[in-house]
Amino acid sequence: MSRSLRVANGGSIRRTRLLSFSFNGTLYSGFEGDTLASALLANNVRTVHRSFKYHRPRGVVGSGAEEPNSIVQVGSGSKATPNLRATQIELYDGLTARSVSGWPSLRVDLYALNGLLGRLLPAGFYYKTFMRPRFLWSWYEHFIRKAAGLGQAPREADLDHYDKLNIHCDVLIVGGGPTGLMAARAAGRAGARVIMADEQAEMGGSLLSSTASIGGKKPGDWVETVVSELTRMPEVILLPRSTVTGYYDHNFLVINERRTDHLERPDPRLRRERIWRVRASQVVLATGAIERPLVFSNNDKPGVMLASAVSTYLVRYGVLPGRKIVFFTNNDSAYQTVLQLVDAGMEVVAVVDVRSDPQGDLIQQVRSAGVPIFEGHVVVDVRGGTSGLRMVLIARVNKTLDEILSHKGELRCDVLAVSGGWNPVVHLHAQSGGKPVFNEECASFLPGPSVQNERSAGAGNGTFGLADCLREGAEAGRRAAQDAGLTGDGSVDIPKVESHVEGSLHPIWVVPNGLAEGRGGKKFVDLQNDTTVADIRLAAREGYRSVEHLKRYTALGFGTDQGKLGNINGMAILADVLGQAPGKIGTTTFRPNYTPVTFGAIAGREIGSTFFDPTRKTAVHQWHVENGAEFEDVGQWKRPWYYPLPGETMNEAVRRECLATRESLGILDASTLGKIEIRGPDSAEFLNRIYTNSWLTLEIGRCRYGLMLGEDGMVMDDGVTSRIGEDHYLMTTTTGGAAHVLAWMERWLQTEWPHLRVYLTSVTDHWFVTSVAGPNSREILTKLCTDIDFSADAFPFMSVRAGTVAGIPARVYRISFSGELAYEINVSANYGRSLWQAIMTAGQSLNITPYGTEAMHVLRAEKGYIIVGQDTDGSVTPGDLGMDWIVSNGKDCIGKRSLSRQDTRRENRKQLVGLTTVDPTLVLPEGAQLLNEPAKEFPAPMVGHVTSSYFSPSLRHSIALALVKGGRSREGSMVYAQLIDGRVIPATIGQPKFFDPENQRQKV
Amino acid sequence: MLEINCPWCGPRDQIEFSCGGEAHIVRPLEPENLSDDDWADYLFYRKNPEGRHHEQWCHTAGCRKWFNAIRNTVTYQFETVYRIGEDLPEKTSR
Repeated sequence: MSRSLRVANGGSIRRTRLLSFSFNGTLYSGFEGDTLASALLANNVRTVHRSFKYHRPRGVVGSGAEEPNSIVQVGSGSKATPNLRATQIELYDGLTARSVSGWPSLRVDLYALNGLLGRLLPAGFYYKTFMRPRFLWSWYEHFIRKAAGLGQAPREADLDHYDKLNIHCDVLIVGGGPTGLMAARAAGRAGARVIMADEQAEMGGSLLSSTASIGGKKPGDWVETVVSELTRMPEVILLPRSTVTGYYDHNFLVINERRTDHLERPDPRLRRERIWRVRASQVVLATGAIERPLVFSNNDKPGVMLASAVSTYLVRYGVLPGRKIVFFTNNDSAYQTVLQLVDAGMEVVAVVDVRSDPQGDLIQQVRSAGVPIFEGHVVVDVRGGTSGLRMVLIARVNKTLDEILSHKGELRCDVLAVSGGWNPVVHLHAQSGGKPVFNEECASFLPGPSVQNERSAGAGNGTFGLADCLREGAEAGRRAAQDAGLTGDGSVDIPKVESHVEGSLHPIWVVPNGLAEGRGGKKFVDLQNDTTVADIRLAAREGYRSVEHLKRYTALGFGTDQGKLGNINGMAILADVLGQAPGKIGTTTFRPNYTPVTFGAIAGREIGSTFFDPTRKTAVHQWHVENGAEFEDVGQWKRPWYYPLPGETMNEAVRRECLATRESLGILDASTLGKIEIRGPDSAEFLNRIYTNSWLTLEIGRCRYGLMLGEDGMVMDDGVTSRIGEDHYLMTTTTGGAAHVLAWMERWLQTEWPHLRVYLTSVTDHWFVTSVAGPNSREILTKLCTDIDFSADAFPFMSVRAGTVAGIPARVYRISFSGELAYEINVSANYGRSLWQAIMTAGQSLNITPYGTEAMHVLRAEKGYIIVGQDTDGSVTPGDLGMDWIVSNGKDCIGKRSLSRQDTRRENRKQLVGLTTVDPTLVLPEGAQLLNEPAKEFPAPMVGHVTSSYFSPSLRHSIALALVKGGRSREGSMVYAQLIDGRVIPATIGQPKFFDPENQRQKV
Repeated sequence: MLEINCPWCGPRDQIEFSCGGEAHIVRPLEPENLSDDDWADYLFYRKNPEGRHHEQWCHTAGCRKWFNAIRNTVTYQFETVYRIGEDLPEKTSR
């Protein structure tokens, strides 16, 4: 394992910068400019992964985003990132990585026994085997997940920061290869605002592993010239290490930029990743192509690689993946790599070409270089283990490539480089809404007609020659700028490159091995999911004939690589079984993201209690904190729930708060109620239409309770609205309903009644509101306010007065949600705390007691006052609540017509009732289902449910509100709450009103 | 994410808008005189065309104005937007 595969010179690695890193606990070294994969190969590490299902040893196959095998976990602690492709991880000093699978180790994997049981693990195995008994699934799942090797998410909080940016541009260019560079040059010269994103660390794409000269320059030098021209253009943004992961509607694209993962000690001020949200006028997709593997027996063994990857490792990283390399191809492109190896003085054992008479310039060159070419031959099988290949077995094949004519013998080698043609990367085109179309010439899918403002160019468009790519790129960039409205001169000279006459490709989807179907070594289609040819054929026989069904049954294309290598082969194999042409059955859906995106990047800064969802606090929040309040979340608001004294339980605190309010004086922070100013000459008419009751006669200085319905007749919100002046009203809404009610009223005004002169303003946050409730509330108000007459006649129930309370200008409302004599004092929010403290001081002698939302709920439930959203659920009419009295007969309002629909007239609708438990100490759980008799079997017929339930300290027994079918006519009869723990609690139906049913106390 | 051209503010991202469904549904002037069926037709029944659709949108996180739009439900392309109270574009173009 110690033999280095690094060649003496060459490659764009910086050999003066030696880096050390660890893989599965072993220390290795590499150079700056390496990827983890190239460094592992240089160290002759052959097996990097154990496969998903059979736990077969796997090695590096590719050199980029397509890599299905070398899936590793990098880093540790909060920095750990699972499921990264070693081919895309830039090496830095001190990098630690480990494989995400293999137990107890990569070389000895006990799960590999699955491989021997392979015949028992066909497609759909999990569906067929682990379905029964169903309750065991979670037990099975634990072991399946452990066996499957999916990496581990870090358990610690992520300490890194992530950003999001929004940006517009004229031309977004995806891919910085030769095509993209030319496009950027042309668009940039035309004056366009250009963004060019490339997933690699530097621009250049395929040129980074090319040896062909461009315009008389080395590829690297040419790239540098173009990049430096682009860098000088002020309107051009170049984004390396940036993957365009999604193409959405209206030319909205998302770029995932990775800024620090390649750094040994990143500056902590740098954001680890950024999400660019781009609205592009025009898009050029120069996404390139991914080489297609060939499917033959044991094609998954470590040492079988893509020919293009061999080229990349040699030219770019100075790593020769093997000493003795055999090529297996059905097209001309692999010959380019053969020549690169020959030029570098390496041994190429042979080229095995399925074509019986391959013609093309490169083939002649390889032949004259003395490399043997086996024409009309195939590789039928390979031999090797965890440390690489030993040999390949070759055979003569017939012209239609489906039958072995004669076995030829073996070729000793340590690497087999395969090329089955090229698959243009059409993912983004497909995401944009385009339909890829099958092209016979390259035997793959090409972009179809554009649906959005995008155009494909270069290899991603099925144009494979370098000269054509350069030309097409320049043209795409020029036209994109033009279509974006730019008038500058976008012309560029096309640099001269050497071009070859190429022979045509001969598609071969499954390489025969001369044995009956299913015999011989497994032929893998999707390496990451261990999907084989036999699996696909079995799925087709079992009726999974659509590609989408095939995908879900065999897991083809389901991995983190999303089938970048295997999908086209898999679809062609299915088409073949179905007797169709490969393009006929289409592709599976290409969905974002192109490569995996971290949750950190997706979340950005919208994390934690501060930024995920804002918190709203009232003006007196700090006082509540200082006085030990426990808080309850109501929407985004923090509301005091109860104020426990030292050593007090919640029940004790709530009891004390309720009794103090009923007996003397309680004070509540009611600021969170929604408040909407309604102004304009038609305000009364508007309220008349929105609320069920009549508003035309309300006098200035008076208040009225109103109920609001949806047009379907269901209760939507409620609250007290007061008339402040001639054309001036103040509406209050529920805490949670404020925004919705405002939007709802705005909509009616704008779309249906634009002629009404009414203006709405949200003033929820402008006012601090406190409710002072209890028999002594008049006494304390009289103490604090001398310019309002608080006598019962001068200031009757349901009215409002303006005055000065504790020296602060205030509006005082005489309204009550507790059933007690009560006043609500409204002051400008900035005076909130001084008002509150003045009242607390003045109330000391009256045992003034702050109470929270829990006591508020108990007090209102004792009175039978509903809370919209708790006692109603969007299916409750005013009639169901026993509130028919609030629906005016003399006028229309939103939702009124719905109250006489057949369904809303039904007798046995659920109606609001009160419940008292037979055992007064038992408090029914809210949400408990009610039955007419204890259940004998399940499911049992349910007649209603509990909506509110408390222990009433004043009445000393439990009380509940419930919705019960036909409940109002069942007063005195019993229902049974059937609890989930098996208990059955009997309760008696009564009026939804438990305390002071004559409403005497609030009117004194 | 769609780009929507608010007739008051200009093009903005979809995230600033909310869709109110089918446009040009007029609330009956005398609901009490409608049959249950007619009321249900107003209340519940909506078109679900494949293609051209008249919709109401609100620039919720912007000017808060409601407006009308014609959007293709297949391609998601907006044909036009127009203010509440303006004539249907079909009428004005003729």
